Amino acid sequence: MGIFGNFFKRIKYFFTKNELDDNFYDELEQTLISSDMGVNTSEEIIEQFKQELKSRMIKDVNGAQKVLREILIDKLKFEEVKFNYPLIITVVGVNGVGKTTSIAKMANYFNKQKKSVMLVAGDTFRAAATEQLDQWANRLKVKIVKQGEGADSASVVFDGITSMKAKKIDVLIVDTAGRLHTKSNLMKELEKINNISKREYPEAMHINLIVLDASIGQNSLAQVQAFKESVNIDGIILTKLDGTAKGGVAYPIVKELNVPIVFTGFGETVNDLSKFNVEEFVDKILM
Amino acid sequence: MALFQGLGERLNHIFSKLTKRGKLTELEIKEAMREVRVALLEADVNFTVVKKFIASVSEKAVGEEILKSLTPAQQVIKIVRDELTSLMGGENVKLEVASKPPTIIMMCGLQGSGKTTFSGKLALSLKKQGKKPLLVACDVYRPAAIEQLKVLGKSIQVDVFERGLDNPIKTSKEAIKYAEKFMLDTVIIDTAGRLQIDEKLMDELKQLKKELNPTEILLVIDSMIGQEAVNVSTAFNDALDVTGVVLTKLDGDTRGGVALSVRSVIGKPIKFCSVGEKLTDLEPFYPDRMASRILGMGDILTLIDKAQEAVDEAQVKEMEKKFRENSFTFNDYISQMDNLNKMGGLKSVISMLPGMSGKLQQLENAMDEKLMIKNKAIIQSMTEKERENPDIINGSRRMRIAKGAGVQVSDVNQLIRQFNQSKEMMKQLKNNKRGGISALMKMMK
Repeated sequence: MGIFGNFFKRIKYFFTKNELDDNFYDELEQTLISSDMGVNTSEEIIEQFKQELKSRMIKDVNGAQKVLREILIDKLKFEEVKFNYPLIITVVGVNGVGKTTSIAKMANYFNKQKKSVMLVAGDTFRAAATEQLDQWANRLKVKIVKQGEGADSASVVFDGITSMKAKKIDVLIVDTAGRLHTKSNLMKELEKINNISKREYPEAMHINLIVLDASIGQNSLAQVQAFKESVNIDGIILTKLDGTAKGGVAYPIVKELNVPIVFTGFGETVNDLSKFNVEEFVDKILM
Repeated sequence: MALFQGLGERLNHIFSKLTKRGKLTELEIKEAMREVRVALLEADVNFTVVKKFIASVSEKAVGEEILKSLTPAQQVIKIVRDELTSLMGGENVKLEVASKPPTIIMMCGLQGSGKTTFSGKLALSLKKQGKKPLLVACDVYRPAAIEQLKVLGKSIQVDVFERGLDNPIKTSKEAIKYAEKFMLDTVIIDTAGRLQIDEKLMDELKQLKKELNPTEILLVIDSMIGQEAVNVSTAFNDALDVTGVVLTKLDGDTRGGVALSVRSVIGKPIKFCSVGEKLTDLEPFYPDRMASRILGMGDILTLIDKAQEAVDEAQVKEMEKKFRENSFTFNDYISQMDNLNKMGGLKSVISMLPGMSGKLQQLENAMDEKLMIKNKAIIQSMTEKERENPDIINGSRRMRIAKGAGVQVSDVNQLIRQFNQSKEMMKQLKNNKRGGISALMKMMK
């Protein structure tokens, strides 16, 4: 899909000639930049691609395709996040990226792994955020800890951890208010939530996952960077990959900020979440 | 003090090699456009849109006469910004009002783009204008979306019409009847977010349009959206022939290249910008401000315009001559301060510089306006001879000046030291004969 069609179908023409000319690299650059990879990363990849083709003397479209795919996969290498239980996941991100839906999907994911799950309605800011999470909890038949709108989110988290310990829950997933990363008071609130959960349950594994919308452009980089300044960011949930957006901004994020992608989301149902698969991701960019 | 950051700085760097004035050459344009291209792509303007834009601007810029008061870099920026501004529609376009009430406004867009919050903001802003809006909750897919709109409606005291998870068409039709009955003049229909490739849900919107015949169909887009902007806006526009676009979440640090992408691909006006989480933060769209933002330029063009007004050309020439001859005196210093005041004073100048608003506090300490007034008093306590030949100001003269200005001798010493530093800076600028306004400005420190 998309307005650009399949990259390798389009570029076949260039390989029938003896040399790859600028037009070919223009096409390649367009494909990469259109995935939201950014100018720098795209240029880097093209440079590396050129050199590989030259040093390996590759002149056919299949060979080139393989090389490009290898480079793209290689650039997204990172150490996988391994879960230990009890596990407390705090989910952060700006407004509208799909935090609550991702939480529901994760709850479903851990349920399927035979882990007990509890949700914490820590977004006490947005109208009806608690109701939204509550409805998901009902559908998924998982427990939820909540207070009313306007409550102190740190105190909801405190309740959640107390309940988690009492009921011996494996995974606690904390929803937080969406915030534009430029608002410092809301970022402080996150620090507080982090401090409380570590203090109350030091034996548990604590991770913060940031939800990023694949259709967002270079600003995703700024988002991760800003959240990282306040709290640890241990991984990314990249959502809305079911559209035509490619999420190429993951490249500069992984490279410059060293944050791995943990999950990808690709639909509205609770099953539309999986552990990140670099090959599938790259194939979509080249599609 | 770095005057031009981002694009401006990079352009200045390119042009610093050039010494002659006159027309912009093809080569200069090409180099400059390379930087403009990167700036636009980093602002998430769509690749194909950038390509077209660069081609058209390059054509316009070649052979363009450089205005006397601008540096070539500023000239290029001006051409680029003017072109961006006119591409984004020139002026702000207002909401249509139906000749026979109620006016029906239908929202559409991706999930999470901010439709519900914007609906609330629009309702509040209409209410403040004396209208009677009705909010209609038609998002039957996202859990608690209806609840969210109800909470919003309650907080701004606007009626919210809902029929639970009923069919949106049925609900909307009933809502319009309700509005007619209770003399409500604007019906705002909040629809569910959907992907543009979801045919079933896109059909639902087409049906809704056919049945309701809305006055406005507003496409709500997250201003942080990336290259995807083109696919999204094209698909929604093809399906619904939208009447306008709303950019949300502009209060972040996003550059908002989407404005250019969307405008040039679907050609529909951007009617509103939504800039905050509070329900009052709604702004009309100003293409010129957006252009500066996309380029990462702050209000630099306004500043250049103001500088043009404040400083007449003869004065600039005279000043440049002085730079060259290194014969800058305290009298010149004073006339520069006056120019600065004509531009609205130091604070307003700083606030217009890109990337400076955050550093304002810090700069204020370094460049205190009060200090400048004090400096002026000190200079005015000097004799004409002293002003023209600062080197003759010895210890006893310093004491006399301090008494005259009502300051300490250390203040006089500080000013003279500062003045000598400025002169030193000018010596460096001497090689760069294109000092112009930017050199003048640098001197202000």
